[in-house]
Parts: sequence; structure tokens; C-alpha cells
Amino acid sequence: MSGRTASLATLAGIVLLLPLALQNNYYYEVAIQVGLNAIVCVGLNLLIGYAGQISLGHAGFFGLGAYGSAILTARYGWPPLAALASATAGVAVLAYLIGRPILRLRGHYLAMATLGMGIIISIVIATEDRLTGGPDGMPVPALAAFGAALSGERVWYWVVGATLLAAVWLALNLVDSPHGRALRALHGSEVGAEVTGIDSARHKVKVFVISAVYAALAGSLTAHYAGFVTPAKVTFFHSIELVTMVVFGGMASTFGAVVGAAVLTVLPQALTVFKEYEMVVFGAVMMLTMIFMPRGLVPTLALTLSGRRLPR
Amino acid sequence: MKFRSMLAALAVLVLGAAQAQEPIRIGSFLAVTGGAAFLGDPEQKTLELYVERLNAAGGVLGRKLQLIVYDSAGDAEKARTFAKRLIEQDKVDVIVGGSTTGETMAMVPLVEAAGVPFISLAGAVVIVEPVKKWVFKTPHSDRQACERIFVDMKARGATKVALISGAGGFDKSMRAQCLQVAKNHGIEIVADEAYGTGDTDMTAQLTKIKNTPGVQAVLNVGFGQSPAIVTKNHKQLGISQPLYQSHGVASKAFIKLAGDAAEGVRLPAAALLVAETLPDSDPQKKVVLGYKREYEARFKSEISTFGGHAWDGLMLAVEAIRKAGSTDKAKVRDALESIRGFVGIDGVFNMSATDHVGLDISGLRMLEIRKGDWTLVK
Repeated sequence: MSGRTASLATLAGIVLLLPLALQNNYYYEVAIQVGLNAIVCVGLNLLIGYAGQISLGHAGFFGLGAYGSAILTARYGWPPLAALASATAGVAVLAYLIGRPILRLRGHYLAMATLGMGIIISIVIATEDRLTGGPDGMPVPALAAFGAALSGERVWYWVVGATLLAAVWLALNLVDSPHGRALRALHGSEVGAEVTGIDSARHKVKVFVISAVYAALAGSLTAHYAGFVTPAKVTFFHSIELVTMVVFGGMASTFGAVVGAAVLTVLPQALTVFKEYEMVVFGAVMMLTMIFMPRGLVPTLALTLSGRRLPR
Repeated sequence: MKFRSMLAALAVLVLGAAQAQEPIRIGSFLAVTGGAAFLGDPEQKTLELYVERLNAAGGVLGRKLQLIVYDSAGDAEKARTFAKRLIEQDKVDVIVGGSTTGETMAMVPLVEAAGVPFISLAGAVVIVEPVKKWVFKTPHSDRQACERIFVDMKARGATKVALISGAGGFDKSMRAQCLQVAKNHGIEIVADEAYGTGDTDMTAQLTKIKNTPGVQAVLNVGFGQSPAIVTKNHKQLGISQPLYQSHGVASKAFIKLAGDAAEGVRLPAAALLVAETLPDSDPQKKVVLGYKREYEARFKSEISTFGGHAWDGLMLAVEAIRKAGSTDKAKVRDALESIRGFVGIDGVFNMSATDHVGLDISGLRMLEIRKGDWTLVK
């Protein structure tokens, strides 16, 4: 599909040209965080936006990825790439085992189950201080591959940029595959989807695992990039932050997820000029956007630009 | 981002026009909001108040001070981003900040790589041990608090101690330190109980301690509300062995929460809490009393020892810049390391290449709560 290629090319163009506007390492730092958050959001959007299943526990998967990498490299001396792969694979298995029973739940019940899961992960990480360093966190060795250690914001920018592009490309392909169409059918009506022969449980679990893998991968990368992990990123509030990014950018829009992550990561940095009114302004921006653009930033803008009226 | 850089450019222009000489930039990130706000709030107020005062008095080296504070909300990830911003964007000359250990440790690799003098306001001993070239800190470490408590216990003839601690970062770090230094002071830890954050009753743990044979004193390592509950339970169970709390509860709020049960509880704390009752011969009296009066007059709120950490951090930085005669980062760092006999709020600082806190345990006073107020134990 040419539309897909064109939008992916646009994103690639932005990633390639952005460094021209990045004056120093602080700007790179913010750009890298945008990228890492965007990777989680692209995955989460597959679950929330396309399949219509809510998850309030994705910070838990993010944290397991981060701490998995941290513990395997720092405590057991594993090579970072192997740790990253095993942590991500471990999270995939866990998501599958958890997903089977809890994805039978719907609506509020599913939200509560994922919420509970996230909180359990967060408590375990904060209390197992011998492994995780407890509430004060633990240092993580740098990501090294083939004898060279990755360090410096500029190098990391390209690593994160490339990973984001791959993540978006995979997500776009998935959405346009039979699996993606099945997910959208599920979103529309689970009963209707099952009547047309869609195995709803299988599809839901599959997308749940995929989105957990996205979060775990971003978690692992974050841990190695930052060189330090604390349980702050595993809390319930971070889960809410991630869901907010997806909804803000626009559900069922992969680019919406990227834009949502970008805006909500950059905004707090830009709003520091308001000093103590920072949170007030931040709240006002969120409220106004949701009042005037209830479908999220990207879908609303796309519709306005193409001159069409909102369907339904 | 373009908008921000334009803003920054504008700010530089305005500042450049207002004064010919570049200000000395002091960067800070504090947990002003969030769960650790009781740390960050007095710290920020203190920094603002004293930067203002120093500027009114003509600044440092003839240059004005410029304070740049970001709110990290106690989140290590945010603190790291702000630290990068301070170093790369704001190009600060020195960083004074980091309310919590997590925030501080997350940015240690950054300041070490960038070579910026950094004075942390957090407690755990891991910050300065092993010694890091660019990292200093002002509060006593948790290890020293343990030592001060053990010294007092020994003086009272108690050598068998029951430990009870919470699940927070402060609690865990201090518990580990206490267990580690107990032997050096001839103290035997005969019970080691733990409770969770947010628990509302510690009777079970304290009953176990009560039934442990030979206990001569009880030490609670905790933060926030839990120590007040432990204190109440300690009295309800009629445990006769004296109760010690950590320096983490050194605020009037603790006495209010614990009520009558607080009577007789001992804890190590900075001289700030008993400023008025210090003997006139005490070298710290003038500094401590001055800070207390100025802070309370300005903000109409009670002083906290955490603000004192920020006072020490700022004044040590200023002292180092004066000593170095410039804001050259390497020189300021060397000057910081060579500060001796500097009278601060937390004690008298004697920095050295192997000690980046520079305090001994004499700066920690042993207080006893009597009739709802702090009393200095002689």
C-alpha cells in the first residue's frame, strides 16, 4: 500500500533530519526519550487502539524489560545483547501466561486485572532489594556489542531511531494483515467477530504479547541507555502516562501513538518556563485537546486536512 | 524546540544587556512536588532565599548568582534529564540538588563524565562511598546516624538491640548500614523485624521483639508516618526498653503524630532543631540560629533540617568558588575538596580527598523528646 510506505518514509525523513535541529546533548536526550516512549506507545496502541483492550499495567512490562536487562548484566555478568533478548523473551512468555486467563475479562474487569498485575510487578521490584537495589534503584552496564560499548547521546539517537522505525514498520504491517483486520473486527463487536469465525481469544492474546514485547524492549533499551534504573518507571502512574500518550495522539493510529509520545514527552520540558504553574498549564493543554479533539491529535488533524467531516 | 531555543536566546540577550558580566549559574533539581516534597520544598525555598541574599550583598567574586531549579518530583529518570539540561543547555557552573538518593545516583555518571562539581542533598552513604571525583554531599550519611545512635546506647549500657525497619529506600539503606557497623561499636542486633510502607499497625513485629530475650533497646529505622505508629505501639505494648528513632523523623510533625507516646524517645538530629538551647560556646550556634530566624521570618513556616542541607550545599559551593577565585570547574572542585573548618547547619565540614561529606558524628546531636519538645541530651 503506497499510503503506508509514504507515511513510513515521512517518519524516516524526520528521524534522519532531526539531528540538524538538535543543538546539544540535552536535545538529543529529549529526542531519545521521545523515541523510547514512542516504541512503547506504538505497541500499546495495537492493543488499545486497534483491538480495543485496555491495559493499565504496561509500565510493569516496561519495568520487567528494564530490570531483566539490569539484573542479568549487572548481577550475573551476561553480555548485554543476550540479556536484552532473554528479558524480552521472558516478558513475552509471562504476557502469554497472564494474557490467557485475563483477556477473557472485558472492560473494567480487564482494566483492573492489568492494573493489579502492574502493581504486583512494581511491589516485587521495590522489595527484592538484593536483586533490584530496592527503591533507590541500581546501576546498569552500557550496551556493548561485538566488543564496542554504545555510549553517548548521538550514537544512542541512531539506535533508538532505527528501532522506532522498525517498530512502526512492523506495527503498520500487522495492522494491514488478516490479524490486524481480525483485531479491528474484535474492537467493533466481539460477538460479531466470533460469528464470522475469528478466534477472539487467540488474537487478543497475540496482540497482548506483541505489545508487552514492545514495552519490554523499550524498557531494556532505556535501562542500558540511562545506565541506572529505579522503580519510578514501573509504577501505576507510568502506566497511566503511557495510556494517556496513546489516547492523546489518537487511538487506532500508529503515527498518533508516536506523536502522542512526542508531545507528552517534550511538553513538560517546554513548560518549565511557567515554573510553579507548570502542572496547571499541562493540565489545561490536555483538557482542551481532549475537548476539542476527542479522537486524538493525529486522526483529527488528518481528517481536517483531507477536508472530510468526522464519520459517525 | 525552536521556540525554546528562541526563548533561551532572548533570555541571554536580556541578561546580557542588564549586566555586562556573566552570572554564576547554580543549577538545581529537587523533589518539589510528589511524595518527597517535604524534602524538596524547604530546599527550594532555602536556595531561593539565600541566592537572593547573596546577590543583595553584591554577589560572589563581583558576579551575580543565577539559580536554575527544576522539579524532578523525586523521579530519577526526570532528574537525569534535568541534570543533562543543566549541564548541556544551561551550562551551570555547579549543581546543588538531588533531594533523594535515587535521583542523585541516577545522575552521578553524568556529572562524572561532564566534570561538573555536584553537591547532593541526599542521605545514603553509597553516594560518597566509594569517593567519586565530582560528587559531594551535605547531610550526614545514614551510617553516621547509626553510629551516633549506637554510641548513645552504649553510654546507657545497652548492647543488645532490636531493629525494626520499613520498606522505603531510606529505611533499607540505613538498616543495612546499621547491621554493618553494629559490631564495631560492640552492639549485637538480636532482632531484625520489617514492616511495609503504609502499614497501620506494627504490634506483631513489636510483640516479637518484646518476647526476644535480652533486648536492651529498640531502634526504628523509618520515614514518614510509620515511625509514629511504631512509637505508639511501643507504648501500648508497654515495652520498657528505650526506643530510638532515626534522623528521618526529626520534625515537629512526628511529635504531633506520636503524641504522649513520643515522651522519652531518642533520636540523632542536626543542631538546627535545638538552635535556641545550644550553649553559647557551641561553634554552630550563630550560623544555625541565623538561618532559623531568617527562614522563619521569610516563609512563616517552621524550619526543617532538610532546608539546612540546601543551605550547606549552597554555601559550600559559594565558599569553593570564592576560594578558587573563578568558576573554573576543576578549580572549584579542588577548592571544595580542600574546605576545612567550614561551619554549616549540619556540622563543621572538613572535606578531604577521601571524605566528600566532611562531617564527623559530633554534628549529629542526640535529642530526647520531653514534654512534646526536643531536648538536648547532655
